[in-house]
Amino acid sequence: MTEQSQQLEAITQKEYKAGFVTDIEVDSLPPGLNEDVVRQISLIKNEPEWMLEWRLKAFRHWLTMETPEWAHVHYPAIDYQEISYYSAPKKKTDGPKSLDEVDPELLKTYEKLGVPLDERARLAGVAVDAVFDSVSVSNTFKDKLAEEGILFMPISEAIQEHPELVKKYIGSVVPHKDNFYAALNSAVFTDGSFVYIPKGVRCPMELSTYFRINAANTGQFERTLIIADDDAYVSYLEGCTAPMRDENQLHAAVVELVAMDRAEIKYSTVQNWYPGDENGKGGIYNFVTKRAACRGESSKVSWTQVETGSAITWKYPSVVLQGDNSVGEFYSVAVTNNMQQADTGTKMIHLGKNTSSTIISKGISAGRSQNAYRGLVRIGPNAENARNYTECDSLLMSDTCGAHTFPYIEVKNPTAKVEHEASTSKISEDQLFYCKQRGLDAEDAVSMIVNGFCKQVIRELPMEFAVEAQNLLGLSLEGSVG
Amino acid sequence: MLTIKNLHASVDGKEILRGIDLTVNPGEIHAIMGPNGAGKSTLSNVLAGREGYEITQGEVIYKGENLLELEPEERAQRGVFLAFQYPVEIPGVSNVYLLKAALNAVRKYQGLEEVDAMDFLTLVREKMKLVKMNEEFLHRNVNEGFSGGEKKRNEILQMAVLEPALAILDETDSGLDIDALRTVSEGVNALRAEDRSIVMITHYQRLLDHIVPDFVHVLSEGRIVKSGDKELAKELEKSGYSWIHDAPEGETA
Repeated sequence: MTEQSQQLEAITQKEYKAGFVTDIEVDSLPPGLNEDVVRQISLIKNEPEWMLEWRLKAFRHWLTMETPEWAHVHYPAIDYQEISYYSAPKKKTDGPKSLDEVDPELLKTYEKLGVPLDERARLAGVAVDAVFDSVSVSNTFKDKLAEEGILFMPISEAIQEHPELVKKYIGSVVPHKDNFYAALNSAVFTDGSFVYIPKGVRCPMELSTYFRINAANTGQFERTLIIADDDAYVSYLEGCTAPMRDENQLHAAVVELVAMDRAEIKYSTVQNWYPGDENGKGGIYNFVTKRAACRGESSKVSWTQVETGSAITWKYPSVVLQGDNSVGEFYSVAVTNNMQQADTGTKMIHLGKNTSSTIISKGISAGRSQNAYRGLVRIGPNAENARNYTECDSLLMSDTCGAHTFPYIEVKNPTAKVEHEASTSKISEDQLFYCKQRGLDAEDAVSMIVNGFCKQVIRELPMEFAVEAQNLLGLSLEGSVG
Repeated sequence: MLTIKNLHASVDGKEILRGIDLTVNPGEIHAIMGPNGAGKSTLSNVLAGREGYEITQGEVIYKGENLLELEPEERAQRGVFLAFQYPVEIPGVSNVYLLKAALNAVRKYQGLEEVDAMDFLTLVREKMKLVKMNEEFLHRNVNEGFSGGEKKRNEILQMAVLEPALAILDETDSGLDIDALRTVSEGVNALRAEDRSIVMITHYQRLLDHIVPDFVHVLSEGRIVKSGDKELAKELEKSGYSWIHDAPEGETA
């Protein structure tokens, strides 16, 4: 091993900074999954009958499904009977009415994570709906948003307060039959965020949810539904962390976005779930279905994701471009190190006329990790003049990691223009030496080069998220060139 | 400033430097000339600390420290600067970002505070005049899509900003047309200082018309075979490097 690669090794062996456990009392269901568990979740949530029926339908369908095995990832079979499907911090009263009533231990957790839940948040203009394990703990700025007619609340609340909206849209983008994990989520989801932006309203602040898995042996099945009505705009941020645990934990979320005429949704994720240790022990299985429907004409949805965590990532934020002139974008950085595995990418389904999509994917692999881009661009028969531009770049930091690209392109309309560019390169010793010769140490040099490689994606993130993402990239890759 | 004693270095077991002796005092400019394969680039890489070279004998003392024991970045922070023969492209990283990070790394070592953005811009704008670069240059990615001349000017800009004590210019004249050569040379000349030493490595005499050295050394087969003043370079120009081999063993500086 060269000196340089040893240094890189040393930098890569950084500790997981969000790996602390919060000691609070929790209410949880015993492990196991059957119709009774689904009924119990629905009961705890005090859900209307239609919601329970919806869950049960999904559950019964899930029973007939098999775990998908086409992804380029390997892991032992998950025993769904060993997982607890509900875990909530124990309520002292009927739940917090304001931040003062939130468990101080919880607030401390968010503080450690750097979530701006308190007054600082107001200054930063971020409204946070924090999901701790499965229940939304506190929802800031609800009043301010309410003035604009914006709904931003836990989805469990939305089911109670705005059943007509939830009923209309839930499962309309990701039906419960869509895939194994989506079906599971539909049956047992416990919370998540609900956003509705009324016609003509630009949401005045970034909406943010911070997900955190705390309890051991629980899965996190959150469900997010965002609807931007005609001419509305919203930017939504999602951050994720989890404590360090030896067991693997399952995270199977569903996110549905609906953009109506001329509406725009920006959805940004910084995912830093615990990736497991350097031998691949522990870590989150992140099996997520994220999909957007550009239903209205000239609507637009952008997915931006920086994925540095999780033992296994299986996720393809997609856009169905139904409305004429609608636009879909996918900007992704996926970093894998040590024994991490990622199979991620997007689907751009062009149905409407003059629809266009852009895919920029940056995969960075280090250690013995495996990193795959998997993307589908489909141009339907009626999608006159559809356009797609795809760029997939892979950066290898070691001789033992793998980068893979699986692009699928289906074109059924002769007027379509589809471009695909791909590159794979190894981080170059010349670049590192050049930076060092200018005085930068190995860590800073790697961080600078990697951030440069990811710039096209990072610049799509809102400012405060971009800074966090840049730091994460540096941390996730410390010491990883061979 | 710099003392090289009996330096031997190999690449993949093949000895390239075979006993280099050289002393460079503050303020001096030394030109090291020689035919291809003489070991010129190996010498500059060994001084800067690039990986892949095995030092088999000898020592290099820089400002009283054993240079060979230091990491490349430690050498840089202590004022050793290498102007690369082939400057490296770094996609997505702006020129100004690298410059600022580099300056701050050096300042940190010197125990100085990080320079703030406004002061830094003022400084860089001043230095850019030396190499006739315009502001647009700062925001382009490091060396990406730069012409040969722009890359070399960029190296000199970095040198101007970092103000090294010892600058090693590795074939800074290669690939330059006459106008670019003049610009680069003017930049270097403006950076001549009593407390700054420059080691210029070049194949051609023409650079020395623009940057006049105090000493000229001829490197051949891993040794300095002849040393003299700038007249030596002119002789070389006239007679070619083959003349060296016919000449008696020269004394070293």
